[in-house]
Amino acid sequence: MRIQLAALSLRRHVSRTLLAILGVAVSAAMLLDMVMLATGMRESFASLLGRNGFTIRVSPRGTLPFDTEATIAQASDATAAMRRIAGVTAVAPVLGTTIHVLGDAEPVTAFALGVDPSVQGDYELLEGNDRGPGDALVASDALLRATRARIGDTLDVAVGFDPQLRTYTGRRRVVVTGRARFTYLSADDRAAALQLASVQAMGGADRTDRVSLFMVRTAPNVDPESARVAIERALPRVTALSTAGAVAEAQRRLSYFRQLAFILGAVSLTVGFLLVTTIVTVSVNERIGEIAVMRAIGVSRVHVVQQIVIEGIGLSLAGAAAGLVLGVFTARYLNSILRGFPGLPDAIDFFLFQPDSAFRALGLLVASGIAAGVYPAWRAASLPISTTLREEAVG
Amino acid sequence: MTQPLLSVRDAHRDYPRSSEPVHAVRGVSLDVLPGEYVAVVGPSGCGKSTLLNLLGAIDRPTSGTVTIGGTAVSTLPDRAATHFRLTHIGFVFQRFYLLPVLTAQENVELPMAEAKVGPGERRERARELLGYVGLADRADHRPAELSGGEQQRVAIARALANRPMVLLADEPTGELDARTGSDVIALFDRLNRDGMTIIVVTHDEKLAGAARRVIHMLDGQIVRDEPLLRRA
Repeated sequence: MRIQLAALSLRRHVSRTLLAILGVAVSAAMLLDMVMLATGMRESFASLLGRNGFTIRVSPRGTLPFDTEATIAQASDATAAMRRIAGVTAVAPVLGTTIHVLGDAEPVTAFALGVDPSVQGDYELLEGNDRGPGDALVASDALLRATRARIGDTLDVAVGFDPQLRTYTGRRRVVVTGRARFTYLSADDRAAALQLASVQAMGGADRTDRVSLFMVRTAPNVDPESARVAIERALPRVTALSTAGAVAEAQRRLSYFRQLAFILGAVSLTVGFLLVTTIVTVSVNERIGEIAVMRAIGVSRVHVVQQIVIEGIGLSLAGAAAGLVLGVFTARYLNSILRGFPGLPDAIDFFLFQPDSAFRALGLLVASGIAAGVYPAWRAASLPISTTLREEAVG
Repeated sequence: MTQPLLSVRDAHRDYPRSSEPVHAVRGVSLDVLPGEYVAVVGPSGCGKSTLLNLLGAIDRPTSGTVTIGGTAVSTLPDRAATHFRLTHIGFVFQRFYLLPVLTAQENVELPMAEAKVGPGERRERARELLGYVGLADRADHRPAELSGGEQQRVAIARALANRPMVLLADEPTGELDARTGSDVIALFDRLNRDGMTIIVVTHDEKLAGAARRVIHMLDGQIVRDEPLLRRA
């Protein structure tokens, strides 16, 4: 009967109850979004790096992958050395460069990766192939649009421009053999992948046997950290970074996001708590006479408190459920805005819905709703019955 | 000799105030026998309602004792006093105080639900009680759909729900017009004839006149206690 009474009490002032639920829902949505923001980037970044099973990135000493234009020399030897390390199952060399696609109109500039197609982890082939014959080029949709090229077309590509001679250097004719989605680039980026040997040759002596980074895959039963240490020991000229290390580094760089999310989340929780406290207090104050009579006719203090707390739980649960829907929709909307920032990989999400974290946060809100109901309930149930009835009769 | 159902011995109730304590009840002693119908009358502020609260274990005397059915209710801790009220005492208030969100039937069922009476039994008993107070056809109405007199009769049915030893009523006709007040008086009379012990605090001369015994209070003391002749 306590649940029935609580439900009926909430229905007594429908508009007030709905407004309270809406208020809690907004608070819950904000709390949920902040939790999603606090964990979203970290988790989606970790997921991005973990794709294709590559667990270690190897870059020139003291740099992060593609942080600078520095390269690793004697890449073939480094590849062989890493392959000899126990637990390393694949080494994917990557050489980054800028290419100019020449034609009748203005040249189109794009970011290109020289890779070994048999072990690459930088793109997902959507159409065609990436193995040749000859100098094969796999392009992003944005590059295909910009160059109006199709699979099978031949492109005139250069990797450098001499401003004095006004000529392009490192030119080569390549065939578009495939269309791909580049994992670490945004959908709007003009990007291409070529054979590593082609990019090295086009770069001339400066690029011979050099790479920008290696991506290393380790066996599932091997701790990537131990392989990372072994790589750095074997190759003193490089910095090896495990996925966990990269995530930690990213987290350090994005710590202000988490702080902001934490503060706004705490504010949301406080607002939700105060809202439920206010609504329950107002509701209890309106019914102080009824509560005194319930106590007088023998309803125990605990049962009175339970009934009022159930009302708080009802408001919090309904608000949390509505907030879940509202929070997911607002997160999607905000995510679409933030993902519009240029240069962000397509796979990066700012807001990531993780059921565990989301339900923990909403559980916290419901718990605060319970706590919010306890004080006004206990206060009302503890008022001296006779005095309250006398004051109510006079009032 | 019949043992009193309710016994008050030298009860005092003082309310602390910043200047001087208010002595609401001063040295009241009283016995009520089973089946008695007692009216407590007196001017406003004479301590009638305070005495009723002491008799109903809603309040505790500052000193003295209150015993109901052999239980010293004045010394019961809050939890036990609450349970005692639930199972042994029926209350009727001036303002009815029905829960507006519940129907008449549900209001009557409320004390039984609290006393853990099964749903079937309490529904049946509530219907029986509403029939007793003449409201069988209004069981599904909420208080707002009932007249003042009907609400008070539902409140009386609620007070009887757990078969109390004694019915305590504080100005039960205070909010009613003469006609509906008469209905309530008639109902109390019938209840008493059916064996219910009733103590009523009132300003209503008609209600007091219906009682078998009238206790006059003044300044927190009983100044006169007069048994009336039982009418036919």
